[in-house]
Amino acid sequence: MPLSWLLASVVLLGASGYVAGRRRALAGVGGKCWLLHSLPHYYGANVAIFTIVPALMVLAVWLLVQPLVLERQVAPMITGAAFQDADARSLAMTDMRRVARGLDVAVRQGALTKEQARSNQTEFTDIRARLGRAGVAPGGAVTPEVLRAAQRYRRLEATGSILMTAAVLGLAALGLAYACFTRTRREFRARNAVERAVLALLILASAIAILTTVGIVLSMLFETFNFFELYPWHAFFFGLEWRPRFEGGSELGLLPLLWGTLYISFIALLVAVPIGLFAAIYMAEYAGHRLRAVAKPLIEILAGIPTVVYGLFALVTVGPILRDYFAEPLGLGSSSSSVMTAGIVMGLMLIPFVSSLSDDIINAVPQSLRDGSYGLGATQSETIKQVILPAALPGIVGAVLLAASRAIGETMIVVLGAGAGAALSLNPFEAMTTVTVKIVGQLTGDTDFSSPEALVAFALGLTLFVITLGLNVLALYIVRKYREQYE
Amino acid sequence: MTDATAARPTPSLLAQDNRTRHRNRAEVRFRAFGMAAMGTGVLALAVLLASVVSNGLGAFRQTFITFPVVLSQERLDPDGHRDPAAMARVTTFGYAPLIGRAFADHVAALGIETGLGPRAMAAMLSEEAPGQLRTAVLANPQLVGETITLDVLASGRIDGYFKGRVTLESAERDRNVSPEQLRLAETLAQAGVLTTRFNQNFITAPDASGQRPEAAGLGVAILGSFYMMLVVLVLTLPIGVAASIYLEEFAPKNRFTDLIEVNISNLAAVPSIVFGILGLAIFINFAGLPQSAPIVGGLVLTLMTLPTIIIATRASLRAVPPSIRSAALGLGASRMQSVFHHVLPLAAPGILTGTIIGLAQALGETAPLLLVGMVAFVREYPAPLPAGLFDPASALPVQVYNWTQRSDPAFVERASGAIIVLLVVLIFMNALAVLLRRRFERRW
Repeated sequence: MPLSWLLASVVLLGASGYVAGRRRALAGVGGKCWLLHSLPHYYGANVAIFTIVPALMVLAVWLLVQPLVLERQVAPMITGAAFQDADARSLAMTDMRRVARGLDVAVRQGALTKEQARSNQTEFTDIRARLGRAGVAPGGAVTPEVLRAAQRYRRLEATGSILMTAAVLGLAALGLAYACFTRTRREFRARNAVERAVLALLILASAIAILTTVGIVLSMLFETFNFFELYPWHAFFFGLEWRPRFEGGSELGLLPLLWGTLYISFIALLVAVPIGLFAAIYMAEYAGHRLRAVAKPLIEILAGIPTVVYGLFALVTVGPILRDYFAEPLGLGSSSSSVMTAGIVMGLMLIPFVSSLSDDIINAVPQSLRDGSYGLGATQSETIKQVILPAALPGIVGAVLLAASRAIGETMIVVLGAGAGAALSLNPFEAMTTVTVKIVGQLTGDTDFSSPEALVAFALGLTLFVITLGLNVLALYIVRKYREQYE
Repeated sequence: MTDATAARPTPSLLAQDNRTRHRNRAEVRFRAFGMAAMGTGVLALAVLLASVVSNGLGAFRQTFITFPVVLSQERLDPDGHRDPAAMARVTTFGYAPLIGRAFADHVAALGIETGLGPRAMAAMLSEEAPGQLRTAVLANPQLVGETITLDVLASGRIDGYFKGRVTLESAERDRNVSPEQLRLAETLAQAGVLTTRFNQNFITAPDASGQRPEAAGLGVAILGSFYMMLVVLVLTLPIGVAASIYLEEFAPKNRFTDLIEVNISNLAAVPSIVFGILGLAIFINFAGLPQSAPIVGGLVLTLMTLPTIIIATRASLRAVPPSIRSAALGLGASRMQSVFHHVLPLAAPGILTGTIIGLAQALGETAPLLLVGMVAFVREYPAPLPAGLFDPASALPVQVYNWTQRSDPAFVERASGAIIVLLVVLIFMNALAVLLRRRFERRW
């Protein structure tokens, strides 16, 4: 039975469980529903939960475990002399899986009959060509061992799926019967039971945040360890050269990438912080109600524009202008993608981050401070410079740190605007590359996940994650600490 | 002491002294800085939008050439049975000369003198034309033997000439187009054979290869983005609301809930590309889901959007006054009932607004999708739902990136046009969010 049918039947069983439970609860009190502890539909829901939840849990576990068990069963068949080392064996296992899938597809399309797919003779009838006709291309040549293993895998899989269907449906029926016959009595607290289940669901949903973080950290840690087994860690962290070569012998030093990242982020902050801060001051202290109502949303639109749009803007408009009017006349370079291009455009993107956070923070400074300052005869700008900004400083620093973390993690602007060649240089009109650009570069296209050139992306990702996490935590700490001062 | 005071001239209240002037000037300067900064922000927005629109509007108009073609039977259906299977054996190479000759004949029939050979003339038509004609003929075999009026795309360079991207001077240096071809195109435009008009194929057609920018469209990308948004909506809304309800209404203050809170606020600030790495490692390498599939893109974007939606939902749950909860509890509802029957419906407009804004954010996200293989060149439309979730597809912002990586400058126009489509959708979503907020927002 296909999975969707199995799911549908479990849900159907659950629905009938609901009806049965509700009816039985009502029948138990002769239709006088006020004699029940809970409303009748809670009894129904309780039965439905008992029917569906355990069955689905078993289904999920089974689906996860079955392939692992089957592969362990089949693996001994692929231990010939040709598959001595682990790499060749895992390759053969992949092939085996692909052949098994291919046989499935071929049978479904009628290119092979069920008997042919099972028969021992298949290898003489050029299985590869037949699979090819069905639209499946096995990786290497289909050796008899692999074919035999694939056939056994399919047999076991068929048995497993029958067992799974039986177990899941059986459990669903069992749950239905148990809940319906022993837990649907008038004194049973169905509402409490159902609400406990709902609460469990809510907790599960909020735990997804933790799972995501764990997933991020584990997936990157795991692959980073693999990377450091192939490539020395000190050469990664302290290497001054970034020169990946596909034939091996790459130099994968982090420092040039980190330099590019920090340089571009620095220029971006140089653009974003003054503009954003002054815009925030003007909006919070000077602008009238009407100007504020127009200008604030306009600037915040900048934050809602997808970064790929900024990337194109850098590539098509800003880059050529900077090259033609600054870099070439000054003799500093002839590349339209440069640190300056990416930095300026990224700075524009960051303006709303700085301005709206600073705006909130400046507004949070109590009016009494302003009044006191005006009372002593200070002008408005003196009040801002000498009273409000110092009071708001920690919050503004937090905002700038958040913007910096944004800049370091930004991808599309630098992919399109900064260039691809790693360089350790001070010239802002030179093309440089960043950590994020190289993550994209190493992981798109055909990559072999056992080579250090691909795995280095995970190490870069982990570095990026740690840096931005540190900045975020610091920024949140500063902002939160500051907020408490006036509350 | 008194002498010193007496020695100083009494300052007039009407005339400003140097110090006051200085301070006032500083005040004006400071104000001007503020205004300039705000102006720069607004100006940046204006320049950005103007640059995209001026580059991209051309993508919505395309140059077409219209001329009659005789679909001769001996070329297209040698057996004469009108059997689609037999006719499918004639590849696009069988159609190309037919079209080329028909075009040359039509030009001759119009009495236009040109020094161009038939090959150079055929090169003025899009390479996509034979494929389109073949599809049309195979769909309707009765056309064979008839004369039909064909409306084909002009090649990218000819199209660029009418949009100002290609000039007679640049054509001198271009291997792909000659000034004679451009002059012929000019004459044809005067004769009404060649027209530039609205091009709906840009929205509906699939992507085309690097040599035929004129035929490239957004169909697959729009469909892929739509599928991904469905996945995101179906997953984030229930999960996000459930998580927010727990954290806002039920969670006791303890280590576990603290951990969740810290996690959510940090995830909201994790660079999006890190989610791409997660998707690649977990969904593709570990779980074995197919690359370039909307389901994987959707899952990655879901994880990315969840924190945004949780934060928005919690804010709107918090805005429901506690008196509502107390009233429900007082009438004998359980806590769960008070939340689901009373608080949640009242918070729904806010939740909806937050969800739309979260979706808009996810729609524009590019970097994580690059890593899960959405950059692949896809020409087939994904199947209808739900099977289409596992078919390869592209996505709007990724298509923009993809087109910027191609060498033909015509693709810059395409990429900008795609951005216009993307921005229109985003503006529509945000306007909807604002409208919903205005219509349903309640101040307690």
